Amino acid sequence: MIPAAFDYVRAGSAAEAIDLIGQYGDEAKFLAGGHSLVPAMKLRLAQPTVLVDIGRVADLSYIREDGDQIAIGALTRHMDVENSPVLAEHVPLLAHAAGHVGDPQVRHRGTIGGSLAHADPASDLPATTLALGATYVAQGPNGTREIAAADFYHGYFTSALAPDEMLTEIRVPKMGGAGWSFQKFNRRAQDWAIVGVAAWQRGSECGVGLVNMASTPVLASSVASAVAGGASAADAAEAAAAEADPQADLNASVDYRVHLAKVLTRRALEASAG
Amino acid sequence: MDITVTINGKTHTADVEPRTLLVQFIREQAGLTGTNIGCDTSSCGACSVHIDGEAAKSCTLLAVQADGCSITTIEGMAGDDGSLHPMQQAFMENHGLQCGYCTPGMVMAATSLLAENPNPTEEEVRLGLEGNLCRCTGYHNIVQSVLACAKS
Ligand SMILES: Cc1cc2nc3c(=O)[nH]c(=O)nc-3n(C[C@H](O)[C@H](O)[C@H](O)COP(=O)(O)OP(=O)(O)OC[C@H]3O[C@@H](n4cnc5c(N)ncnc54)[C@H](O)[C@@H]3O)c2cc1C
Ligand code: FES
Ligand code: FES
Repeated sequence: MIPAAFDYVRAGSAAEAIDLIGQYGDEAKFLAGGHSLVPAMKLRLAQPTVLVDIGRVADLSYIREDGDQIAIGALTRHMDVENSPVLAEHVPLLAHAAGHVGDPQVRHRGTIGGSLAHADPASDLPATTLALGATYVAQGPNGTREIAAADFYHGYFTSALAPDEMLTEIRVPKMGGAGWSFQKFNRRAQDWAIVGVAAWQRGSECGVGLVNMASTPVLASSVASAVAGGASAADAAEAAAAEADPQADLNASVDYRVHLAKVLTRRALEASAG
Repeated sequence: MDITVTINGKTHTADVEPRTLLVQFIREQAGLTGTNIGCDTSSCGACSVHIDGEAAKSCTLLAVQADGCSITTIEGMAGDDGSLHPMQQAFMENHGLQCGYCTPGMVMAATSLLAENPNPTEEEVRLGLEGNLCRCTGYHNIVQSVLACAKS
């Protein structure tokens, strides 16, 4: 399968990429690792007329400490997130979740920025960064702005990003030794989660993000309130689907997804408890 | 667009349409048909090659994305004298293939895995080959081949 014809330009910096996207208009798209976009183009589900390749913007591939946060360049590959000593120490939940994206070949090419910008609710990193209270940095023609993960996802494959805005950095609070767990339920190796849960806990504080439980990744705030109120893991997990709005598909009915969300949330809370 | 890629040590320069997939470039332009297309939907790993030493699915990359890169395909694994790469040898000795369709991709993924993790456990081999499907062997002898290669 071959994508529909398009023009290809390569950007050397974020500023150049934004400039190029601005010149070509709405039918142009950024190309990062291409591991969501190229499959979609081969199936002709996406037919951009111009690709602006940002895959070589090398200064946007980094992971570094910045006060009580870790800053991650948008072009950092899943493999580098998975193996980062800085993340292993300060945000192990994110490193672990990145290690569950697809397979090694996918993780060699796909980027964290591409995964978040793609805004697929079935992807692992949107829900994980949401649970962690991350902030995304976007750069556009008029400068940069910060968008809380909680405000970023608007629906299936739609985000707060304007077409000429590029995600440049992901800022994740250090976990400060919090317990954590990532539960990904799927039937086939390398697949997306049928339902997934990313959770951390420190004392009565916790954050729980759900994968594939609505048209966006879901922050399970009711679970966090129940934990804060002293509920047991099993009782708190009963509220797992309170904020969710799951759809049925080939893999699972709505009821089954709700059931999985509760079971996986209970397991995640038990595993992440002090 | 003009691109230059090195495949198995040989430089290839060509004017390609941006929509040309890397696997097409390798098979049709460079004439190296050892790299197979299985699913064509990023799932099976039959098309795996090394790009700058790391396994990637060449059906899921545009040739223009590989411009300037060094690529190794299954044809580049054996020595100049035809002696098999240790991973190929291990697949042969451990009966790690039946029809052989998945084998080029398996060998490329397995060598990339050992480059990152020279002494994997059986579990790590299984997870490391997660992106490669085999419809014949049931995987057992593939995993044994990779473990044998790591030992040797
Ligand atoms: C076989 C396979 C299995 C997979 N399994 C999983 C899985 O289990 N879990 C999972 O979470 N994901 C999975 N993925 C998806 C994978 O995580 C992709 O790498 C990721 O979704 C996209 O990242 P990318 O860098 O490849 O982005 P691209 O495909 O290049 O881009 C994706 C979209 O985001 C836009 N974009 C990219 N970067 C930016 C940026 N910096 N700013 C603004 N817009 C941008 C592009 O224009 C495009 O619309 C899988 C993919 C494959 C092929
Ligand atoms: S042909 Fe590329 S993954 Fe199957
Ligand atoms: S040996 Fe036949 S597909 Fe693997």
